[in-house]
Amino acid sequence: MADLAVPQAGPRRWSRPPLIKDRRWRWGLAIGAAVYLAAAFGTVDVNWARVYEGLPRGQAFLLAFFPPDFASRWAEIFEGIMESLWMTVASTVVGILISVPVGLGAARNLAPRPVYYFCRAVVALSRSFQEVLLAIFFVKLFGFGPFAGFITLSVATVGFFGKLLAEDIEDMDPVQAESVRATGAGWFQWLNYAVQPQVMPRFIGLSLYRLDINFRESAIVGIVGGGGIGATLNTAFERYEFDSAAAILLVIIGIVMAVEYTSGFVRNWVQ
Amino acid sequence: MPVHQQGEVKVWQRRERGKQLAIWFGWLLGLSIFVYCFKLISDRTIWFFVLDAGSQAADLGARMVPPNWDYMERLWAPLWDTINIATLGTVLAIVIAVPVAFLAARNTTPSLVLLRPIALFIIVSSRSINSLIWALLLVAIVGPGEFAGIIAIGLRSIGFVAKLLYEAIEEIDPTQVEAITATGAGGPQVLTYGIVPQVLPAFAGIVVFRWDINIRESTILGLVGAGGIGIELNASIMSLAWSKVSVILLAIIATVLVSEWVSARVRHAII
Repeated sequence: MADLAVPQAGPRRWSRPPLIKDRRWRWGLAIGAAVYLAAAFGTVDVNWARVYEGLPRGQAFLLAFFPPDFASRWAEIFEGIMESLWMTVASTVVGILISVPVGLGAARNLAPRPVYYFCRAVVALSRSFQEVLLAIFFVKLFGFGPFAGFITLSVATVGFFGKLLAEDIEDMDPVQAESVRATGAGWFQWLNYAVQPQVMPRFIGLSLYRLDINFRESAIVGIVGGGGIGATLNTAFERYEFDSAAAILLVIIGIVMAVEYTSGFVRNWVQ
Repeated sequence: MPVHQQGEVKVWQRRERGKQLAIWFGWLLGLSIFVYCFKLISDRTIWFFVLDAGSQAADLGARMVPPNWDYMERLWAPLWDTINIATLGTVLAIVIAVPVAFLAARNTTPSLVLLRPIALFIIVSSRSINSLIWALLLVAIVGPGEFAGIIAIGLRSIGFVAKLLYEAIEEIDPTQVEAITATGAGGPQVLTYGIVPQVLPAFAGIVVFRWDINIRESTILGLVGAGGIGIELNASIMSLAWSKVSVILLAIIATVLVSEWVSARVRHAII
């Protein structure tokens, strides 16, 4: 709005304030983005002949998906889905149980410095690897099957949940915490009556959100041997049973939608 | 207030007895579901392998240390490819997600009955199918390489970006839109002057956040042949070159930490 104060000859023109205030940053970012995009496009070599060749194949692929065949592999699909659901529930519970102490330790306003750095390191480490990468290693350590997937999802949950819980605790209202402490509460009483009520609504929301994510991820840890519906999906792909694969994908989408609706409902009810 | 008489003394309790019992019952139910799920997982687990995990881990650790640092020279190109997959995939996602988000938002959609459900279905199906599954499909269609990875990341991110963006659009201040409409502005003008400025900061935050996630996801796409550092990782794991694997993992951690730092800085600068 400073432009308006400058006296000018003739009619004044108004222009929208830019998103980035500093002119140097604005131009720097734009030029940087242009240079980067040029460099990136320069190094991505797309084999257009192969892409073109693949288009009819893609069409055939899509046609093979329709109509989805639920019936002929239903027993396997049901088995896989159930296994995914067990893994989801068990790993969400265990992951959250572990991430509560980690989250408390990773909150800057609660934990002493050494504990804080240790817990932050745990969170950063478990967050920096994608679930599939973790699954490869856990399958190697624990053998094929849902147990490896369960451990993978639990570890991934710790990283996700610990970080968000810690951020939420850092954002809490210190006045309430102080007033509970002023009543002479011990550390655990303080945690239970000052911290816990403040973070609880978000805690429940995040748990449901993570349940949702864990189900979706459980569909892929199976590709590297971690059990669940992913194993079934991978088998369907490898046997070129695309109609069964389409059925599996639709079942996954359906369950994700159901979980999302329920969790939205529960979150509204909690808050 | 839930108070009960104990002889002469009044004792304060946090909840009424019925409510407390209901809460205990809820916990019991949840616990039994968890125990049941865990039992089913454990039935399918070969516990001998799990108990053996310690020695397996020690063995793996011994093979991974010391990392083969010379291998790093050959990793710069795949790392650059990985970053390109994430960035260009995010750009692709933005191009598609923005119109979808405007179609899905209750207050900007042209048709509540027809277009909004379609947009919501696009969002849900893109969100429920993991980028690894997209990559699996696309490698078959357009051939192995970064191009498949870029499209896979793009397709997976559409749902994420569009969902958060349409929620931001639905939360805008309607009075500003009304004020612009009152000046006699047409539809596109209302959009550019009334709605876009309100959601732009949220949009920038969402995009950077998704870019950060995409960096993490693009590290594994190579496992199914869709380019990036995952190809090197897969090759090293397959040839049991664990001292190379540890270099790759360290490179991934470093990249992810840098991208997280960048995204946190940008989000702080905007919000």
